[in-house]
Amino acid sequence: MPVTLPHLSRRAFGRLALASSAAAVGGMWRAAPARAAAPAGEPIRVGILHSLSGTMAISETTLKDAMLMLIAEQNRKGGLLGRPLEAVVVDPASNWPLFAEKARQLLSVDRASAVFGCWTSVSRKSVLPVFEELNGILFYPVQYEGQECSRNIFYTGAAPNQQAIPAVDYLLSEDGGGAKRFALVGTDYVYPRTTNQILANYLKAKGIAEADIMVNYTPFGQSDWQTIVSQIKAFGSAGKKTAVVSTINGDANVPFYKELGNQGISATDIPVMAFSVGEEELAGMDTAPLVGQLAAWNYFESIDTPANTAFIRQWHDFTKNPKRTTNDPMEAHYIGFNMWVQAVTRAGTTDHDKVIDAMIGIRQPNLTGGVAEMLPDHHLTKPVYIGEIQDDGQFSVVWKTPALVPGQAWSPWVPETKDLIGDWSKPIACGNYNTATKTCLGHRHA
Amino acid sequence: MHRLRTTCLLAALWLGAMVLPGHGARADAFADLASPQFAAVTAAISTLAASDDPQAGATLQALGERSLFVAPDGNIYIRHGGSVVEARTGQPADSVPEGLKPIRLNNRIRTALAGAQAGRELLAPQPATRLRAADALYARHDPAMLAVVEHALAVEKDATVRTRLTEVRAATILGQPPAPDATALRLEAVRALAAAGGPEARGILATLACSDAEAPAVRHEAQQAVSRIDWHLRAWGVAQNAFYGLSYGSVLLLAATGLAITFGVMGVINMAHGEMMMIGAYVTWMVQQAIRATVPALEPVAILVAIPVAFVVCGALGIVIERGLIRFLYGRPLETLLATWGLSLILQQAVRSIFGPTNIAVQTPAWLSGSVAVGGMDITLNRLAILVFAGLVLGGLMLVLRRTPLGLQMRAVTQNRRMAALMGIRTPRVDALAFGLGAGLAGLAGVAVSQIDNVSPNLGQSYIIDSFMVVVFGGVGNLWGTLAAALALGMGGKVLEPTIGAVSAKIAILVLVILYIQRHPRGMFPVRGRGVES
Repeated sequence: MPVTLPHLSRRAFGRLALASSAAAVGGMWRAAPARAAAPAGEPIRVGILHSLSGTMAISETTLKDAMLMLIAEQNRKGGLLGRPLEAVVVDPASNWPLFAEKARQLLSVDRASAVFGCWTSVSRKSVLPVFEELNGILFYPVQYEGQECSRNIFYTGAAPNQQAIPAVDYLLSEDGGGAKRFALVGTDYVYPRTTNQILANYLKAKGIAEADIMVNYTPFGQSDWQTIVSQIKAFGSAGKKTAVVSTINGDANVPFYKELGNQGISATDIPVMAFSVGEEELAGMDTAPLVGQLAAWNYFESIDTPANTAFIRQWHDFTKNPKRTTNDPMEAHYIGFNMWVQAVTRAGTTDHDKVIDAMIGIRQPNLTGGVAEMLPDHHLTKPVYIGEIQDDGQFSVVWKTPALVPGQAWSPWVPETKDLIGDWSKPIACGNYNTATKTCLGHRHA
Repeated sequence: MHRLRTTCLLAALWLGAMVLPGHGARADAFADLASPQFAAVTAAISTLAASDDPQAGATLQALGERSLFVAPDGNIYIRHGGSVVEARTGQPADSVPEGLKPIRLNNRIRTALAGAQAGRELLAPQPATRLRAADALYARHDPAMLAVVEHALAVEKDATVRTRLTEVRAATILGQPPAPDATALRLEAVRALAAAGGPEARGILATLACSDAEAPAVRHEAQQAVSRIDWHLRAWGVAQNAFYGLSYGSVLLLAATGLAITFGVMGVINMAHGEMMMIGAYVTWMVQQAIRATVPALEPVAILVAIPVAFVVCGALGIVIERGLIRFLYGRPLETLLATWGLSLILQQAVRSIFGPTNIAVQTPAWLSGSVAVGGMDITLNRLAILVFAGLVLGGLMLVLRRTPLGLQMRAVTQNRRMAALMGIRTPRVDALAFGLGAGLAGLAGVAVSQIDNVSPNLGQSYIIDSFMVVVFGGVGNLWGTLAAALALGMGGKVLEPTIGAVSAKIAILVLVILYIQRHPRGMFPVRGRGVES
């Protein structure tokens, strides 16, 4: 996934990973079933595989807390199948190989009925073979680059067609400024590269000339944006409305936006559409100069619905902190967890094969309106919102897709995958089915 | 007095009567501001901006400030703090209506508002305001504003504003599709824009140059103007890049000067150097918070107050570290490396526990924000300030080393510790002060970096490698070498970046430094002489 939020400079990473893996050895603990009055019997174990130390801890700790909240809530409602739920929390310490080890432990030692976890794409890729080998169930809550469809993973975050494509559609529209020139700026790793490849092909299909697309990559933790911002400025002065699509890694965004402001580029001149900037990231920024800059998500804390208000209140009560923000991946876990509860109830068992089959077609209301449905390719239907940054650090929604967008595992805008679909329902039951040749490419799902 | 008031009243009544017939249409424009369709809102803004309704200006301004609200019954209100005014009439509302919702803005609306506001300000009494409005209109060159611009041009007296307005008029004319017999007018406009130069003019002219609808003469003229402007922009681009290189170099220099003392002069491999910078940045934040809480009037200069505070705090911490840890490890580089690395982790975790793991927002004062245009260059003020600051810090450090007893003693101790001790210099004291000086300098770097980078517990890690690279590349123990290396690496990076990209530029610089160090292991300016420890 995209938001390798905080400070993933490569050199820093090795150091931190080393230090924190030591801390992680003893880092496993179990949350006692929350005062399970009604439910009794053997607890159903739910694995939580989020980094609680290391560089990703900033983002992932929040998701661990959200899961604990959801599990406690379910136990209050009487557990599942009359049995209590038990959270098994492990700490993979932002260390990708350790993710695979911890996943193996959750599945074979703790016998977790479902696992909720991972943030970065590389951590997901690291645990994927383990989940396929041991036939586990993983709920992955973060928007990502797509091009993957495993039978054992449910992708509750956005696929590119549920974030990147609608965002560009907005920029092309009259309300979004009718952009004719695009600078695709990103951090140099798999998510931005894949996303930009998809976007470049999509823009060309929309009639944008090759010369009107500029692609630029920067290292992790880039802090000197002078040259790139002045390149964007020059690129934007060709007489056509220009927009920036940013897949810049969370932490490098602050100096990027500062430089934009200092060089006098405002959101009305050249708007920046970001895919990795959410409420959590804005919490550390002075947002006054950013007003009007854009972000595309499937959830915003500011969306005013009764379900969202109740969720935010529950979150504040649970964390005992009225300032904690909610964000998109938290909603994804909320949806994924409730879907899993429904599927287990429907299957009457936690048997992995039966639950995986029962998941398809399960429906769960979103916090922001509409109903998410688990599709045969293990992605969800989602609403897509475009928000503009406000001076209070929240987003104001300026546009939403007219209908829910079904997630596509494989992008039709990448030549190699344009005929592929994922469909885990019978009779196809294949993660990479070629609709042109009517064959399943087989076990290689990524 | 009394008569005057009566006259005014009469005039107002007469105006009101004049306005009445159009009132229906304008009422709709007010209501349309709350429309869910942004297109309708934009149209309403144009209508209001062109109208002579006395409430239009205040309403549009309130919309821009997000203090315009819509009630469930569709009425529009302006709310400033506790007072609620009905936008249409300007009358205070009898009671605060229930369920007021702010009218939302997006970039399209902001653009329209800025245009409307600029149109009104073209007739403002102050020339500076008029010039700013003209600049705003120039960037937008909205054909709908042509009449407004021409009217302003007819009454404008100030020469600077007139020139700018002529350019605005040219840009606005060229922004429209060509009329059949307008070639002469458009040629004149092209010449005006060619004289103005700059990226905006280039943008407009470049569009003309490849537009089929344009007369050949206009296209030709535009083509030539574009190539002239391009040449101009390229020349300024070189200067601009040189400034970026200098600026990047100055950040490297600031980060490395402290290390040039602790590692370069004292020979301590101090892995916690970056954390000293991080603490300097946190001190900046704390000073800002303290000043905001106590003397808000001084907030703009909080950053200046933070400079000595950060130096003292980090310097004192450095002395404590030297006395408590480093002094037991002199002459054992590997152990020093591990111990200071451990220390850096402890400091990071301590800051994380105290201030939380997320970024904190250090404010940039207004006088450090934005940029000044120098010819075709934009000099960003925060970078310029850091450049000057780096020069001052280096100059100050040179003075301390060369002109003070402490500097003399430091140089003596580093050149020959035993001899210096025999001469009566208290070497432990000098060691502690020197390490404190290095840490204090790192704190100063932290103050500077807080203006351009994230302030989080991990701040130091992104600078430690670069700092070591600068010191080693420049020649360990030589401040001039540190300066030369910082500027060389900064310039090199910024020269390479536009052509091969930021990622490759970083790799290329590393490879070049490694190759250079292979041939010259002691860096660019090695310290020579017998006194140097082998």
